Amino acid sequence: MSGSFAGFVRDARRRGNLVVQPRMGFSDPAEMRAGLLATKRARATAVGTVTLDSYTRVGDHDAVARALAEGLALNGYPIVDHDPATTDGVLAGVRDETFPVQVRHGSPLPESIFAALVSAGLDATEGGPVSYCLPYSRAPLKRAVRSWARCCERFATLADRGVEPHLESFGGCLLGQLCPPSLLLAMTVLEGMFFRQHGIRSMSLSFTQQTSAAQDEEALRGLHRLIDEYLSDVDSHVVLYAYMGVHPRTPAGSFRLLADATRLAVRGGAARLIVKTPAEAHRIPTIRENVAALEYAAEVAVDPATRRLVGESVADTGVHAEARALIEAVLDLHDDLGTALLLAFAAGYLDVPYCLHADNRGRARARVDGAGRLRWTAIGSMPIGHLVRPPRDAGVTSAELLSSLHYVERKYDRAALHAAPTRELRAHELDAGPGVAAL
Amino acid sequence: MPDLKVSRRRVLLSSVSSDSHTWNLVFLQLLIEELGHEVVNLGACVPEDELVAQCLRHDPDLVVISTVNGHGYADGRRLIGALRRTGELAAVPVVIGGKLGVAGAADEQYAAELLALGFDAVFQDGADLAGLARFIESVRPLEVTA
Ligand code: B12
Repeated sequence: MSGSFAGFVRDARRRGNLVVQPRMGFSDPAEMRAGLLATKRARATAVGTVTLDSYTRVGDHDAVARALAEGLALNGYPIVDHDPATTDGVLAGVRDETFPVQVRHGSPLPESIFAALVSAGLDATEGGPVSYCLPYSRAPLKRAVRSWARCCERFATLADRGVEPHLESFGGCLLGQLCPPSLLLAMTVLEGMFFRQHGIRSMSLSFTQQTSAAQDEEALRGLHRLIDEYLSDVDSHVVLYAYMGVHPRTPAGSFRLLADATRLAVRGGAARLIVKTPAEAHRIPTIRENVAALEYAAEVAVDPATRRLVGESVADTGVHAEARALIEAVLDLHDDLGTALLLAFAAGYLDVPYCLHADNRGRARARVDGAGRLRWTAIGSMPIGHLVRPPRDAGVTSAELLSSLHYVERKYDRAALHAAPTRELRAHELDAGPGVAAL
Repeated sequence: MPDLKVSRRRVLLSSVSSDSHTWNLVFLQLLIEELGHEVVNLGACVPEDELVAQCLRHDPDLVVISTVNGHGYADGRRLIGALRRTGELAAVPVVIGGKLGVAGAADEQYAAELLALGFDAVFQDGADLAGLARFIESVRPLEVTA
């Protein structure tokens, strides 16, 4: 269906345009509307985002009400607590067939969020029973699985009204960093299969830029293969997230990281890229910073130098095979995907490194190796022992953990400080406002 | 030689009710353990009533609140009220740190108010972690005072 979020991305892909999207959300409706308008006007093939605040995510509506009454800025748009008329006012004349809008939240129990976005006439959102539970809450996984099953089923009924509901899995991100790609791929594909089991026919599967361009490109190619193998009967596209871990502190470093994310998206065949801005390491980005990031990514995407790299071969270091082993082991546990996921986490077949959630076994560990690639240092009970040989887990000190967490920040900030910025980069840094002087 | 048992503090580490970030907690747990103390890590999104209940249960020498999602000021206000209203916890040392608002450096104004509301120390983003180590050392373990 054209005019839908999914249809927009399909059309852009057919034309060879990478769709770019911000992570943007403000509690003030006027600012939210201004942000969407600015995204729409950006020199880019862009879609809009309404990112929800943390109180809405955890269902603390009293806290939203108090903050709004006090005029305290939240870290996102409280779509459940703002009057439906207010949200209509935010979207009216902004969202249309040339500019679809997606709601991004991070809620394990999203019934009221789905109700609010559907009543606002929106057809696209994000999440998943695992990926919006383990990184985002202390809610039992069992409750999240039930809640997401219900929400998918209700969301799917939009199709009866001629609307094409689109759901993006956050499984390719999880905690944002220090998770080897195979587990991210397995998670997003399993969530996609869960969505399908609960009636969703249009979805995006995700992956997050990590520490090594070669490893990331291998992962994106692996994701396409997995989609062919497991999800070929639904409408889908691949969405890439610009780095989701600790960010460079300099604007130049941040733009370089975004440029690499864009190249990765183009080379790896992603249809959509979600950007980050130079404010990432410090605070919530402004509208201007978001627009500058969108336009910069759009420029890099069409740069002939970027396009030239498409189709080059990448080494197979086993990312796809590991992901497949994880997926197969989970599918063997139960026909109902939700039950299979619960059993898999209980058995430690899926084990997210460093995740503190009570339903995660917490025995897996990973680090950045000398070549900048993510490697398992402990796999717990994950059924990939025949594919990876982690070293004896020596444990990690706080300094070593921090060093791995800051690997990308260090690499890009250093590169930025040692190289003369290109003319384009300089223009964008100036657009991004204060902070440049620090360089 | 100082007696290890005596200098070892029990630290209860927690996020605030709306914050799901945990890398900060994983890191701080390792750091505080390396300093020789015991850590009870409550994890992400801890509601006030649960924080109070866990404090009563574990009887910590010190409570460390870490938050970065930008709601730290709002959630911190609420949380310190809940702890200080609970008789047994009225005097337990409580510190908070991380990114406390959504405006970066402009959020520094919050520190004074949080101190006035009952926090014993506030560590803004970028604060020297040695300050936390010194604070922990300055707290007298309950075993010794008892
Ligand atoms: C990884 C990450 C995530 C992961 C978290 C996964 C997880 N479960 O942990 C994911 C992707 C899920 C995520 C989600 C969100 N995130 Co986030 N996230 C980050 C990111 C990129 C890195 C954080 C990190 O891992 N740091 C590593 C740890 C070790 O360092 P740290 O947390 O900075 O803590 C250090 C210091 O602050 C200090 N410290 C921290 N606490 C304390 C306490 C004391 C007592 C002391 C002394 C010191 C101290 O010590 C640490 C070591 O130096 C940051 C941006 C960045 N820094 O680049 C954003 C960031 C923290 N996230 C942010 C936000 C807003 C969110 C969301 C609300 C989504 C949104 N609206 O954008 C959700 C959270 C939902 C919720 N309910 O809270 C904002 C916060 C904005 C602000 N405060 O102004 C940031 C800054 C990004 C941004 N610029 O918008 N996030």
